[in-house]
Amino acid sequence: MSNIKKKILIVDDSELNRSLLADILSVDFDIIEAGDGDEAIRILHERELEISLMLLDIVMPKMDGFEVLAVMNRMGWIKTIPVIMISSETGSTYIDRAYDLGAVDYISRPFDERTVKHRVACNFMFSVRQKEMSELLSKQIYQHEKDKSLMIEILSHIVEFRNMESGLHVLHVNVITKALLNQLVKKTDKYNLNEKDINLIVNASALHDVGKITVPSEILNKPGKLTEEEYAIMKNHTVEGANMLTAIPFRKNEDLIKVGYQICRWHHERFDGKGYPDGLEADEIPISAQVVSIADVYDALTSERVYKRAYSQEEAVQMILNGECGKFNPILLECLVETAPKLKEELTVISLSGSVDNKINDTVKRILREGKTGASDRSIKLLERERQKFDFLSNISGEIVFEYSETPEEIKLSEWGASKLGLPVRLEDPKINSYWNNVFSKEDFNQFLNEIHNTSPENPVYTNRYLLHLNNQPKWSKVIARSMWSDEENPKFEGVIGKIVDVNDEVEAMEQLEHQAEHDGLTGLLNHAAAKRRIERILKERRKKYAFIVFDLDNFKYANDNYGHLFGDEVLKTVANRVKENIRVNDIAARMGGDEFIVFMEYKDTPLAQTDRIFKKLCRNYKDFPISVSMGVAITENFKGDYEELFHMADTAMYMTKQKSKRAYCFYDKNMKMVLRSADNLEDDDGGGKR
Amino acid sequence: MTVKECYEAFGGNYEDAFSRLRSDDRLLKFLNKATEDGSFKLLTDSLSSHNLEEAFRAVHTMKGICLNLSITSLGNSSQILTEALRNREQYGDDLIPLYENVKKDYEDFVLSVKKMQE
Repeated sequence: MSNIKKKILIVDDSELNRSLLADILSVDFDIIEAGDGDEAIRILHERELEISLMLLDIVMPKMDGFEVLAVMNRMGWIKTIPVIMISSETGSTYIDRAYDLGAVDYISRPFDERTVKHRVACNFMFSVRQKEMSELLSKQIYQHEKDKSLMIEILSHIVEFRNMESGLHVLHVNVITKALLNQLVKKTDKYNLNEKDINLIVNASALHDVGKITVPSEILNKPGKLTEEEYAIMKNHTVEGANMLTAIPFRKNEDLIKVGYQICRWHHERFDGKGYPDGLEADEIPISAQVVSIADVYDALTSERVYKRAYSQEEAVQMILNGECGKFNPILLECLVETAPKLKEELTVISLSGSVDNKINDTVKRILREGKTGASDRSIKLLERERQKFDFLSNISGEIVFEYSETPEEIKLSEWGASKLGLPVRLEDPKINSYWNNVFSKEDFNQFLNEIHNTSPENPVYTNRYLLHLNNQPKWSKVIARSMWSDEENPKFEGVIGKIVDVNDEVEAMEQLEHQAEHDGLTGLLNHAAAKRRIERILKERRKKYAFIVFDLDNFKYANDNYGHLFGDEVLKTVANRVKENIRVNDIAARMGGDEFIVFMEYKDTPLAQTDRIFKKLCRNYKDFPISVSMGVAITENFKGDYEELFHMADTAMYMTKQKSKRAYCFYDKNMKMVLRSADNLEDDDGGGKR
Repeated sequence: MTVKECYEAFGGNYEDAFSRLRSDDRLLKFLNKATEDGSFKLLTDSLSSHNLEEAFRAVHTMKGICLNLSITSLGNSSQILTEALRNREQYGDDLIPLYENVKKDYEDFVLSVKKMQE
């Protein structure tokens, strides 16, 4: 980082002035120049983050320096890009106005080299420090919030474990409370709630049942009806919880404690005054407790408990509206009805780790927005903008975009991608998540993860094809992924981003082409080159015994000459079909060209029976035309040579057959070699023989 | 002709320029650039077409260049014309002698720099 020069934007309408400044500063900085205000704004739009400092003239055509400053204020750039004015105007009105608009310094002409260098360096250093400080601050806020949320969750889970509940209740109440409050502030400002208040109530909602820790577990987990006495103890958890919070020394004035107190004590109050413990009515009950009480009831209804089954979300809403769980604030009931469909979705995807993170992120964002921490605020804004761009592009691209993160281990899908795959946007533990594994098989996904782990920050991209199930349809898909690495000296693998492209049609077309390239167009058998490749592969393994047959038609020329080429083609097809029908799937048959064919087949003890059968099946009439073949057979038993040699052996045997009698087959014998060498003396074939 | 002699020829302050910009090479480079700068032509054209706003910006730029390079005479005459044009809406003949002064200083300046180059 440090050896990359920082960039300075020089804005001046005089080329000479710009180059004079550039001349002075280019030793230490990279210079970007703009000839007027318009151009400066355009450059800021595109390269805002790159620019560390700006030198700005005042009198310029189109848009002058003051207007540039005004735009920078409007866009928030002024908070993070220090601007030094350079002008020959020395009047205080000019200087004051520049400072009022946020310029950090003012250099008047004529300037000297030393001053320019020094002031630029100072202001630059200052802004870097400020950025560092605010980043540090946001880190600390994040950590603090994380600890706080964690503590609250631990505390409330202790209660739930005693309660023999899943631990999700606190999270559910949390989510529902937040949804209801967000809806509420949309409808009315009666309760005067800002974002910070909402956040506080949401956090404190986790404490609502903390008083249950004082209730004996026999009562807490009693499946049957409680006696009056037991019920009284149970009800007292409200008062006990509130007391526990007020008993925390020195902390009475903390907002969290105050709101927590309201929620603990009054989350069983009802709008008509028929609740407990104090029988408060209507808005005597703090809004925090009102909201949490609906959330609590709603989640209790939709969850299974020792004493009841789980109601559906719709049933639960109806029961609350009917007043079966007591009366609630009508406006909150409206909120419930309005948020219920969304809640259903949110509650089904909720996860323990995720919810904490979301909440903290919200808080950090909020604090940074409220505080005057320019740089991080801007970074977050920019990140968010990038995020929006990314979401938008990935959603319109028609590709499934995914992110995989290692801790917590999860897959996030683009919205479009999720709907295309028929999956939720977030999937936890993808290695063992059955939804995800239905799409991306376990073996393939593990292989993919292994490969992507083996990439490096320098070469982070991995691409492969997988047979994925997109909406339950098996489709060949191309997965293009890039590994993400931490920004450390020894970068650590952090996760993956990537996309899934359906290339099924492409693959099928390719397979079709491959098939065409390997097969004979007329007969559909393999062509010679393809057969040769396969046979060579098998020969290399040499695990079993094989027979290699070469044959041709004895009277094919006759068929062509007397019945025409079309008929000849029919004959060839017939022969090919007969071959196909009489070999096994793993055997290989090919048309070499013309009327020559080869067959390569496995045998157990002797190839005789198989060869004989094929021979006999082939030598039958087609229509009235008598098909007749001459075959040469070579076997791989005790054979050490290569394909060419094997072919030559079979070919020699075929030649022998033809010389002798046609319509016959013969097996190669090594003596044939000698015979063939004296090609004139072909009568002497004691090696091959007609059978 | 040295850079210093050149400054004397067009009525500039060599010591001041050198103390701020710190090298003869740099001064030479930018004096040359200044003779190629289009501001004077823009000033002449905008005045003859009575475009006072443009004329103001042009002479203002000249003034800025002169200040930074300590081209004193031209800087002074440009300064006077700049102030005469600032926020001015009506063209008047009083601008002519002011322009003529700028023109004379500009021509002196360009001539001196050319001489030095020879």
